[in-house]
Amino acid sequence: MLIESGSPIAADTKVEIGLTINGEARRLQVAPWTTLLDLLREQLDLTGTKKGCDHGQCGACTVLVNGTRVNSCLALAVMKDGAEITTVEGLAKLSGGNGLHPLQEAFVEHDAFQCGYCTPGQLCSAAGVLAEGHARTRDEIREAMSGNICRCGAYTNIVDAIEDVIQSGAQG
Amino acid sequence: MASSPEPYFGTARSRVDGPAKVTGQAKYAGEFEARDLAHGYVVSSGITRGKIAVIDTAEAEAVPGVIKVLTHENRPRTAWLDYNYQDAVAPPGSPFRALYDDKIHFSGQPVALVVAEDFETARYAASLVKLSYEAEEPETDVARKRDLSYTPPMKRAGIKPPPKPWGDADAAFDGAPVKVQQEYRHAIEFHNPMEPHASTVIWEGDGRLTVYDKIQGVSNSQGYLTGVFGLKKDEVRVLNPYLGGGFGSGLRPQYQLFLAVMAARELERSVRVTLTRDQMFTFTHRPDVLQTVSLGAGPDGALQALRHDAVSGTSRYEDYQEVVVNWSAILYRCENVALTYKLTHLDLPTPGDMRAPGAVTGVFALETAMDELAYATGQDPIALRLKNYSERDQTEDKPFGSKELRACFAEGAERFGWSKRTPEPRSMREGKELVGWGMATGVWESLMQQSSAQATLTADGKLVVGNSTGDIGTGTYTILTQIAADALGLRMEDVTTKLGDTALAEAPVAGGSWTAASSGTAVMKACRTIANQVFTMARRMDHSPLANVDFDRVVFRDGRIAVADDPTRSVSLAEAMKAGGVDRVEATESAGPDSSHQKEFSAYTHSAIFAEVKIDEELGQVRVTRVVSAIAAGKVINPKTARSQILGGVVMGIGGALEEEAMLDHRLGRVMNHNLGEYHVPVHADIYDIDVIFVDEVDKANPMGVKGLGEIGIVGTMAAVANAVFHATGKRIRELPITIDKIIG
Repeated sequence: MLIESGSPIAADTKVEIGLTINGEARRLQVAPWTTLLDLLREQLDLTGTKKGCDHGQCGACTVLVNGTRVNSCLALAVMKDGAEITTVEGLAKLSGGNGLHPLQEAFVEHDAFQCGYCTPGQLCSAAGVLAEGHARTRDEIREAMSGNICRCGAYTNIVDAIEDVIQSGAQG
Repeated sequence: MASSPEPYFGTARSRVDGPAKVTGQAKYAGEFEARDLAHGYVVSSGITRGKIAVIDTAEAEAVPGVIKVLTHENRPRTAWLDYNYQDAVAPPGSPFRALYDDKIHFSGQPVALVVAEDFETARYAASLVKLSYEAEEPETDVARKRDLSYTPPMKRAGIKPPPKPWGDADAAFDGAPVKVQQEYRHAIEFHNPMEPHASTVIWEGDGRLTVYDKIQGVSNSQGYLTGVFGLKKDEVRVLNPYLGGGFGSGLRPQYQLFLAVMAARELERSVRVTLTRDQMFTFTHRPDVLQTVSLGAGPDGALQALRHDAVSGTSRYEDYQEVVVNWSAILYRCENVALTYKLTHLDLPTPGDMRAPGAVTGVFALETAMDELAYATGQDPIALRLKNYSERDQTEDKPFGSKELRACFAEGAERFGWSKRTPEPRSMREGKELVGWGMATGVWESLMQQSSAQATLTADGKLVVGNSTGDIGTGTYTILTQIAADALGLRMEDVTTKLGDTALAEAPVAGGSWTAASSGTAVMKACRTIANQVFTMARRMDHSPLANVDFDRVVFRDGRIAVADDPTRSVSLAEAMKAGGVDRVEATESAGPDSSHQKEFSAYTHSAIFAEVKIDEELGQVRVTRVVSAIAAGKVINPKTARSQILGGVVMGIGGALEEEAMLDHRLGRVMNHNLGEYHVPVHADIYDIDVIFVDEVDKANPMGVKGLGEIGIVGTMAAVANAVFHATGKRIRELPITIDKIIG
């Protein structure tokens, strides 16, 4: 729907969409100006996905949309009607287990985070990297992960963790 | 209690909060839910200095879903005196008060809070608040205000002013055979933790508030709120179980807390305010400091004169102070020393502590100057530092409690391969890249603060410990769990550590690298008190195997109290508590610095940092391909999380050396690159190999022998990189960050 520039709009304008979030099909009423990130965090209480900049510059909001990593702050929820969304809360299900995803286990083992705020984005991004299949060396991992900022500086440990998972052959 | 086997202390352990953080279950301040939660969005000033002429909120208020627009014209009354706004770590002055009056003190100052039913409506309505201003010309360039610098009339608590000069530095400098005198500077840096500042204020219905605030110590927020809003301590509980990065930005309560609480009280409703990333550039920062270092030396490099002068920007309303120049006389022995530290007023928000505040700045200048002296005298940089090595802290005329810096030089150099370095600039090369090897020393205070902690042991063998300080990503949950488990001979899985809640025993903000020593000792003491109580119950049991055994002869192991030299004689904790007729034993203890030790010794951590850079000769692009950081910081409780602390410091130091730069347009007085796309911090592609060494060091300032690790990793890193850049290129760059234009310009 088009909104005339400068005119107040009703905050209760809603559009119905369907999303499969972490394996669960949901019908949702969302405002057209709501980002996928704000939908997850503010309406669905899936606060594992983080807002670091809201400008697509930090990667904290990375989720998987139909298996591809996406900055959820740059996507309006209504644009993703019909999509399958995986957030950090659903990452373990991707590997078919009830415990942790191999990446989650490797992150804990390698101390690949400190404050933990960028971690869900790093994990979803890393899962996307595994699926993309073209990062094998440390240099390639670094390059592929450079959209995800870690201000605590856990980079070397994050690369260790991802390299570990790639070498073990475990895939998301 | 005999010395226990201490199975956890000193061993690498994964974080106990790891599973919560990798599954998205760890909740941060802006993520807590409340019924009828309203959302606040801050409107930021468009000018830097002057006053608001007109603020028109009518259009914003007309948007359906907007509840209230708070401005200086309609805000509720708050406390009158500055004193009430001064938080526990405030510098001297008049703290900023949001929406207080029509005056504008800095660019991006909050001028209104729009509160609406949902986030998007608040954000949209905020864009409709109309402002006009009477602007005055701002001054934000410290260099242009250098002549108006002043010695701060009131000292900031905990910050040592420069010592009185000794000898005659000027005369000795004039007469010295070798002189280095240069100016050094780095850009303003913003902390930019990944989590923007946020406060969720839950209105409990009877005037009481539960507040989730992004803060490095909830007691500070609670104290601030009681002062500003006239609340009693039991009317406001502040929590923050996880902090999404602080680096000092969360030491003082920031304006979103004030605004969220004001709105919640006005509306009698729960309110959340989260700042945007660009608003994260509107408060605390590492200030731009003008420094001059003057080194006079003999031909052999032995220092004869040492001057270090600094002028730092501060706001017009507070005298922020940090220790910038003292480090020079702490690190090096010299008979003629003069150190000065002055401030000058700028139209910026008050600077604040950012990871190793002052030391990052001062040691960058000093350690670059020392590298220049090494070249001027033809000395190896390590040999020069050993020649001038200080055995005493000259600023206080005391010996160091411990200082294994020599071991840092030796082990770091060995690991790095320093002996293979050819000293001439541009003498090492790999393909089309110039290779540079540089080194520097780091130093930071080893502090301890008065802290309390509580512990509760229940009959099922579970122990809960905690206090109000925060785990700011440093691993505090994990190390306190290790300490507590050791003290009572339990498994870590049976211990739960709770932090970040004013309902827990009071402890200060997590900063200054003091938390391991302060909270760690308090937790250990509380657990030992419990151990003693349970031991007493065990000994009083009928036919007790511990009868006639003293406390100092037992050990706590595997959930049992056993005679140290006869483990067959033991009682389980559960049996003892049952015999004592209790189902829980509780203790709260406090710990503080050992004042007699402090009187006798100075306490610092030290490091030696070795950096390798590779620089594309045509493009001027610098890569820091290898860093070895050798740390002397006493005992290490958990090598895994400790290593991460140093890695993080090194990464931020590389950022400071090569990337971080708030670019101000001084005509507007505004940071122009207020986003993470243009304010560069290191990303994965910028960080190569980092090797961390902890050298052995015995220190007796606290019972555990720990000295703190949160800050030492960054100190000196910037100089090591800058010195490596000189070695690679022959170009001495004294203004950070070292960007491509400075390399090829």
